[in-house]
Amino acid sequence: MLELQDIAVRQDDFNLGANMTLPTGGRFAVIGASGSGKSTLLSLIGGFLAPDQGRILWDGQDITRMAAGNRPISTLFQHHNLFPHLNVKQNVGMGLRPDLRLDHDQQTRVAQVLDQVGLAGTADRKPAALSGGQQSRVALARVLLRARPVLLLDEPFAALGPALKAEMLGLLADIADDTNATVLMVTHDPQDARVFSPQTILVEDGRAHPPQETAPLLDNPPAGLRAYLG
Amino acid sequence: MKPLLIATALLAATPALAQDRVLTVYASDYIASEWGPGPTIKSEFEAFCDCTLDFVTGDILPRLLMEGESTDADIVFGLNTDVTARARASGLFAPHGQDTSGLSLPVDWSDDIFLPYNWGETAFIYDNTRLENPPASFQELLDAPDDLKIVIQDPRSSISGLALLLWVKQVYGDDAPDAWAKLAPKVLTVTRGWSESYGMFTDGEADMVLSYTTSPAYHIAAEDDLTKKAAIFPEGHYFMAELAAQVASTDQPELAQQFMDWILTPEFQKTIPLANWSLPAKLPQDDWPQVMRDLPRPDKTLFYSEDDAEALRQPALDEWLRAFAG
Amino acid sequence: MAARLRGVISGRIVAAGLAALILGTLAAVAWQAGGLSGLGEWDWRAVRFTVWQAALSATLSAVLAVPVARALARRRFRGRGLLVTLLGAPFILPVIVAIMGLISVFGRNGALNEGLRALGLPELGIYGWQGVILAHVFFNLPLSVRLVLQGWQAIPSERFRLASSLGFTPADVARHLERPMLRAALPGVWLAVFLVCLTSFTVALALGGGPRATTVELAIYQAFRFDFDLGRAATLGLVQIGLCIAAMLAARWIAIPAGFGVGMDAGQGPVGPRGWRIWSDAAVIALAAGFLLWPLGAVLAVGVPRLPALAPDVWWAAGRSVIMAITSALLAVTMCLMLALTIARGAGRWVEAAGMLPLIASPLVLGTGLFILLRGVIGPQQMALPVTVAINAAMALPFGLRALIPAARSLQDDYGQLAASLNLTGWARLRYLTLPRLARPLGFAAGLAAALAMGDLGVITLFASDQPTLPLKLYQLMNSYRMADAAGAAVLLMTLSFALFWMFDRGGRLDA
Repeated sequence: MLELQDIAVRQDDFNLGANMTLPTGGRFAVIGASGSGKSTLLSLIGGFLAPDQGRILWDGQDITRMAAGNRPISTLFQHHNLFPHLNVKQNVGMGLRPDLRLDHDQQTRVAQVLDQVGLAGTADRKPAALSGGQQSRVALARVLLRARPVLLLDEPFAALGPALKAEMLGLLADIADDTNATVLMVTHDPQDARVFSPQTILVEDGRAHPPQETAPLLDNPPAGLRAYLG
Repeated sequence: MKPLLIATALLAATPALAQDRVLTVYASDYIASEWGPGPTIKSEFEAFCDCTLDFVTGDILPRLLMEGESTDADIVFGLNTDVTARARASGLFAPHGQDTSGLSLPVDWSDDIFLPYNWGETAFIYDNTRLENPPASFQELLDAPDDLKIVIQDPRSSISGLALLLWVKQVYGDDAPDAWAKLAPKVLTVTRGWSESYGMFTDGEADMVLSYTTSPAYHIAAEDDLTKKAAIFPEGHYFMAELAAQVASTDQPELAQQFMDWILTPEFQKTIPLANWSLPAKLPQDDWPQVMRDLPRPDKTLFYSEDDAEALRQPALDEWLRAFAG
Repeated sequence: MAARLRGVISGRIVAAGLAALILGTLAAVAWQAGGLSGLGEWDWRAVRFTVWQAALSATLSAVLAVPVARALARRRFRGRGLLVTLLGAPFILPVIVAIMGLISVFGRNGALNEGLRALGLPELGIYGWQGVILAHVFFNLPLSVRLVLQGWQAIPSERFRLASSLGFTPADVARHLERPMLRAALPGVWLAVFLVCLTSFTVALALGGGPRATTVELAIYQAFRFDFDLGRAATLGLVQIGLCIAAMLAARWIAIPAGFGVGMDAGQGPVGPRGWRIWSDAAVIALAAGFLLWPLGAVLAVGVPRLPALAPDVWWAAGRSVIMAITSALLAVTMCLMLALTIARGAGRWVEAAGMLPLIASPLVLGTGLFILLRGVIGPQQMALPVTVAINAAMALPFGLRALIPAARSLQDDYGQLAASLNLTGWARLRYLTLPRLARPLGFAAGLAAALAMGDLGVITLFASDQPTLPLKLYQLMNSYRMADAAGAAVLLMTLSFALFWMFDRGGRLDA
């Protein structure tokens, strides 16, 4: 269970507040106009931004001041999910041990997840030698390997074509099912939200609202969201 | 392993040898270089002193003044006349205890602290293939057309530059500013030190360079080059000597005294002319190398006493600065 | 978190150490003198000359860089890449070697004046202030050309395509595309060269010129040598720092160009106009290449035949210098890296300012101050090499930092969050993220530091030891009348400086 208690953050003329409880295993779309604070919300949870007030709890444990890498969280960013100078195996292995001193078992697991996401045989290639879809799979393989209970996605597949994106979302859903992960996914595509997440967090007017049913929200959006969705 | 050994060999300070008696000699950089008299002095002294002689090179006087009595120096080797007043005022030196009556110097020397080991005179050097009619006197140099180009050294950073200042002062006295005014247009440039000037001269950049009467000896002895000449002026040439002194606070007084006692011996003096390209302070002319004996000698040697030189330093510099500031 | 904290703090410690070193040595010199002393008329003249020559050198370098960079940006020809690389050479050339080369080309007896004489034209003078300016332009034109060329290549090629689809003439292109870029880039180029020339020492030393061309750094040397007036030396050191700070404050809205020539020359650029401009561009490139490369060729021509005859001592000194230069370079990049990473993580401006301090410090005051401070601790003989290595490393920092800061910033922006989310910290982060991503600017900075250290004449003769470096050996040769051997040693010095730069710079690109 992920709890945001009276979270507030202020930056210049921007502010964001949040107060919500997200049950374990839930999938949530995060939707809102540009600049509304969707990425800020993920940064708060992911540990890249400290709130000015409030607490973040995971299963009752306060993780507000915990370093990003120690949180029970994996994040997929919009860009730069892979180190271009490391090969696929190293990029994925980093999910287990950042110093890459992998023992035999760990190496086997890396090979397994690569297999699982359909990347067998690419272990020694650098990201630049892969297609966009394959690069996304590498990042997903690492998520799979880390098996953290919370997964944050900041539009990592935005650059992919519709078919590839659907494929990645499918793969992601499988992974989330396997690990019973709680997923927050920023998206600007209402279709993604409808397909992937039964519930949606609306970020609007300086607040991240508690999750509500996705379909009714999108069918009958409030004024601000309607203007954004068009 | 091998690169490491080489690195160590390159960087390690010269190890103190088995003997624990070490004579530390502060010397000008060029003295200790392999082309200066240093290596010979070191090996010959060590042959009989049962000690190690260490040259420490650098700007001797500034360094000594900064270190004061805590200095490691036992001997200072290579001080110049013209700066002895400041060195003496520091009170850091002890008497040399040598008899200076029989020196082969063109001036009287009765200093009981600073002992000369070589000498020479300032002179303008020219190349007789490039300058067929060199000025025959200082006055002719001043009156020469301005396309005769000379290079000199800055008196604020060079000892020979300072000597030129005093040379002009002694020849021209109160008329020195006029003399500088006449000389200035012929000065191609003023360099920091002697070596930059001399390099420009040998490169053919200048017709004459401020150097020493003994400079041609190098070209004759080492290069068989007879074209480099010192222009000898009847007005006289300014005397310069290099001096040694022992440091009062030495922890090796016996060794230091032994070294001072050795300086005026013929064995030491014979090493001077061809290593230092200057004249020995105490050696009969018949014992000089042929090349030094053959050099033309000025009839007149000019020299200021220590007190006069110190008193004239600043006013003469101001005259010089004014002439060149234009 | 702890490791990250450590990284941030270590950069601050380096910055504080640098500030303490630069300001502490100045204070030590003043303390030894019993206080600062006033300046005389000639000191103020030196201050005026220093500012004037730096301003003139910077203006000439910046203005001359424009046609050269434009010609290089819009022309493609065989050997262009090599030429661009070679044109960078003077910046890392040891000063003493450069002066030899400049004299043999531009001197009274040099090739250029012989030509002018043969044509019955008036001769050019290199001595005095003209020489100081000429040498400064020689050193800094390559840097300016690189920076301006970067500006040209930073103009998106779409814009040039748009311009040609709209039928722009070269004048239109200049007005709408090139001049705005130059207006943005040139002030920074000017400031960078101005600061470098403000503290230049050896150039004025070697080409001289006497009282009319005395710089502040030379006046410090004279205060030290002639009068043993440490109080005046310290005052002059303060004035010099004050000048630089005033210049930076007056120009605080000007950004010194980032990158400093690292990773430049993308090889693309606008397509040059046809017609007479081809020939004018060719002439500009030929002139620049002649000005910058001829002196190097002259040094080689004189010195190479003397190489085999060099005494073993010279080779030993060369080996010593190489080891010191490499040590210095490694120390410099280590400090650079710590500072740059700290700065990239948003440390206060003072960290960046401290990193630039060595640019404005007087090496003479620095050396003398260290001598005073360390005297009681270890003997000067033992200090000589470590102190020289450390000071050379500090002196190279400002240049290295300019190259490294932008790269460290984009590293932090691009991969900071990913690294944090994976708990990639400490040594693992250094090994798997920082070093591979920053290899190029690190190699460039190390090469620069090594070359600068190689050519350094020994920060101050106070520390001179019985283990001379190659530049010191070169002076010893000159002092012993052996000018021809000195020319051979100069070739050796030049070759080793270039080789060290090439080695490090190349090393940084291996993986790219």
